[in-house]
Amino acid sequence: MTTGANAPLLEVRHLRVEFPTRRGTLVAVDDVSFDLAPGEVLGVVGESGAGKSLTGAAIIGLLEPPGRIAAGEIRLEGERIDNLPYEKMRRIRGAKIGAIFQDPLTSLNPLYGIGRQLIETIQTHLPLSASAARARAIELLKEVGIPGAETRIDHYPHQFSGGMRQRVVIALALCANPRLIVADEPTTALDVSIQAQIIALLKKLCREHRTAVMLVTHDMGVIAETADRVAVMYAGRLAEIGPVRDVVKNAAHPYTRGLMGSIPSIGERGHRLTQIEGSMPRLTEIPTGCAFNPRCPDMGERCTRERPELMAARITQAACWQYDAAGVGTKARRETVDA
Amino acid sequence: MAFVDLVRRAADSDIWYSFKSSRIVVVATVVTLLTFAMAFLAPILAPHTPFDPATLNLSDALKPPVLTGEDGSDWTFPLGTDEQGRDVLSSIMYGTRLSLVVGIAATLFSMVLGIALGLVSGYVGGAVDAFIMRLADVQLTFPALLVALLIDGVVRGLISVQRHDEIALYVIIGAIGLSFWVQYARTVRGSVLVEKGKEYVQAARVIGLSPVLIMVRHVLPNVMGPVLVIATINIGLAVLTEATLSFLGVGLPSTQPSLGTLIRLGQEVLLSGTWWIVIFPGVTLAILVVAVNLMGDWLRDALNPKLR
Amino acid sequence: MPEAVPVTRPAPQAATGPLVRLNSLKRYFDVSPPWLARVLEGKPRAIVQAVDGVDIEIAKGETFSLVGESGCGKSTVARLVVGLYPPTQGGIEFDGMDMSVRRGTADNSAIRRRMQMIFQDPYASLNPRWRVFDIIAEPIRAFGLASSKDEIRQRVDGLLRQVRLTPADGAKYPHEFSGGQRQRISIARALASRPEFLVCDEPTSALDVSVQAQILNLMMELQRDFGLTYLFISHNLAVVYHISTRVGVMYLGRLVEVAATDVLFRRPRHPYTRMLLDTIPDLEMTGRRRMPVAGEVPSPINPPSGCAFHPRCPFANERCKKERPELLAAVEGASVACHAVEEGRLPAEERSYVSR
Repeated sequence: MTTGANAPLLEVRHLRVEFPTRRGTLVAVDDVSFDLAPGEVLGVVGESGAGKSLTGAAIIGLLEPPGRIAAGEIRLEGERIDNLPYEKMRRIRGAKIGAIFQDPLTSLNPLYGIGRQLIETIQTHLPLSASAARARAIELLKEVGIPGAETRIDHYPHQFSGGMRQRVVIALALCANPRLIVADEPTTALDVSIQAQIIALLKKLCREHRTAVMLVTHDMGVIAETADRVAVMYAGRLAEIGPVRDVVKNAAHPYTRGLMGSIPSIGERGHRLTQIEGSMPRLTEIPTGCAFNPRCPDMGERCTRERPELMAARITQAACWQYDAAGVGTKARRETVDA
Repeated sequence: MAFVDLVRRAADSDIWYSFKSSRIVVVATVVTLLTFAMAFLAPILAPHTPFDPATLNLSDALKPPVLTGEDGSDWTFPLGTDEQGRDVLSSIMYGTRLSLVVGIAATLFSMVLGIALGLVSGYVGGAVDAFIMRLADVQLTFPALLVALLIDGVVRGLISVQRHDEIALYVIIGAIGLSFWVQYARTVRGSVLVEKGKEYVQAARVIGLSPVLIMVRHVLPNVMGPVLVIATINIGLAVLTEATLSFLGVGLPSTQPSLGTLIRLGQEVLLSGTWWIVIFPGVTLAILVVAVNLMGDWLRDALNPKLR
Repeated sequence: MPEAVPVTRPAPQAATGPLVRLNSLKRYFDVSPPWLARVLEGKPRAIVQAVDGVDIEIAKGETFSLVGESGCGKSTVARLVVGLYPPTQGGIEFDGMDMSVRRGTADNSAIRRRMQMIFQDPYASLNPRWRVFDIIAEPIRAFGLASSKDEIRQRVDGLLRQVRLTPADGAKYPHEFSGGQRQRISIARALASRPEFLVCDEPTSALDVSVQAQILNLMMELQRDFGLTYLFISHNLAVVYHISTRVGVMYLGRLVEVAATDVLFRRPRHPYTRMLLDTIPDLEMTGRRRMPVAGEVPSPINPPSGCAFHPRCPFANERCKKERPELLAAVEGASVACHAVEEGRLPAEERSYVSR
């Protein structure tokens, strides 16, 4: 247990999320560890099936059964939160951890006005009277940029556009002044111009309120604009973690390098995009050793046997034997099928 | 080759797993299959031929079932006989066959009609859709039984009694079929509306296929799921409806008695103490309908992805 | 960072006229409430002007991209071009032939064979009950392009190999494949009739980034190998930059700017184009300054008067509120629909995207 001014806000240690099915147990998140400092924005990036959403859900305590946390610890401000009973977790959720999900259409209850949803959340976590709560709700709506907040507070979700709804969702997440916000693909369902607005808003508010953000997304562009550090996930494991500039421009892990190379960028044209052969393995077919080895251009014999831990690699940390003193062993060929 | 592949895929599927793990459903299915076997193999299995007047003997009349009668009736007529000497067990077998024939045929008829109308309604849309759906709405205001009665009555009024007896079977099948098509049409229409927006249908339109081809080849296979559930449950309903009509005396004539007719005949002599003529056909009917309904319930839950 | 493997692109042939021409194309949708509701509640008719007068020429061999946000009408244009909707007004010409002229089925079929479409959703674009072989063989059978079963099999196997799948995959069902693989099957189906023109409606938007790279590379190769012409619909500007020869920007059913890719990205003229380019994420980590983005896309049922963009435009004046700008030719082959540009109030702005 760590305390003190520089202590991490969130500590995740050896998190393991499993799904028991009748065909066996699927490991969706496999031994993931990272820290989050107060006020920091950590991007968790990965493609579909990498386990990033489940990691976020595990932290908020909203894993859908039969999924469950099979091993590991999650600590918020030093206290464990992964093994709390439902009632205690419910109080922490909202008060200390806020959540923003992808679809603003389903994040808000269509039957109630947004004011009522805001006030209800505020009063659940803060000892305010109804009028004080309403005043605070209006203030929050103004902060997130809803014009005419005094009248619009009584409107229903369907009377707002997608971007406005997501702003309301952000207001909802912030109303009890949480220390941490977990945002799962908050801008994917929005138009590009609105995406930029929402990202800017999120950054500004979190800086002002000193709230840390765990931003889960597949969109590297959003991460590049918003995050301080980024964690790259692959097949349920952490492939690389480090400052965002270094991961984006000078990645150490071959997967991250391939990922960055496949994103078309404005600068040079007409070239063949870097292509990672094959596709992410299904959870039932994860290879032994390093999960990326069948697709890796730098694969060696050791990669098929031993699973690498995160280790220092230039500036970032990467789970790759290249950065180990003993190396990858003899290089080998492999056959792959395209995605 | 393709069949083996199909069987292998079916055996490995989630549906088979869910089937195996529900004991009630397995029992229900076995019961249903046995009943079907009994009914359709009646000519081979039945110990007597109750509807051939030549084999009847009035001295066998009103014999109680085995083990219950005072004069120790034998196993020749295990479930007793009715007032004309007809063996109840054999009557039940032949009667069940008739009931099932009517039930399945009527269900098939309403299925084909309902699917066709639902497909056209959903795919073509516009005025055609509005017309068919209003027709459906109107029909739904009448209970199915009433519709069947109406159709049967009209037909009886139009042709002679003799002729009617000959085609009674088809009239009943048609009447029951016509009273049940609405459910299929609505369900299919709903599914068609969903599938119509999907891009594989648009891809077929880009190729330039005719709407009929698209409806039948592309959309129909994808909307059959809920239809099968409805059909299974409807077999039970159709059998019951036929039984009701026969019980009321407006169904099949007494020369071709179904379970409903048997129940009616038995009910008339019930108060004089001959209980076996009404009870056994009644129990058979109940078991059949319950078993088929249980199968239908299970099928609906198994095919519903949200419940899994 | 992309490897420096240049791809040679066949030059568009201007001599024979454009392959596809859209003339003042309009498509309106009537989304009015039912007649009874209108009478009883006094609700007005509502018409969505999804496509409101679009003129485009696509030369043979080029990749023309339409970009814009939701509600701009780009998907509707795609569907109009392949004939999924009839135009409300205006016309489409394919290889000089007017598509609205009534023809016999044989002629219609001959034209349809030459253009095909690839869709956005890999999960809804393949019939889940059909085997992959039949899905790909369908155009071949429908257009009568092969005479025997063996010939069909040969062609389907060849197509599967071309999209980097195997002939054995033909026996499987779509649900056994990943999103990227399904998109490959869609491409194989589109190529089955040996078309010249492919309309691609956001074909990679639903795919992961690494899969997107594979599909884009494949599409560029196929274009080179078969001399295909593409109409590419997308909202992702980086993808558009990567593969297009010319780009058209749409806003609320109208074209606001059309230019060659390099010209559009380096010297955007229309204020909306500039705003859109500002939303491209800064993956080069240049820390470049962005123009503050204001407002949201208005509803297409009730578009603003005059220039549809004026409520959000920092350069709008009185004329912009009243008069709708025409798409006028500027220098460098670009066309812009903007009063400010026409009046010379808004000089072109040079942009570079090179990292520091």
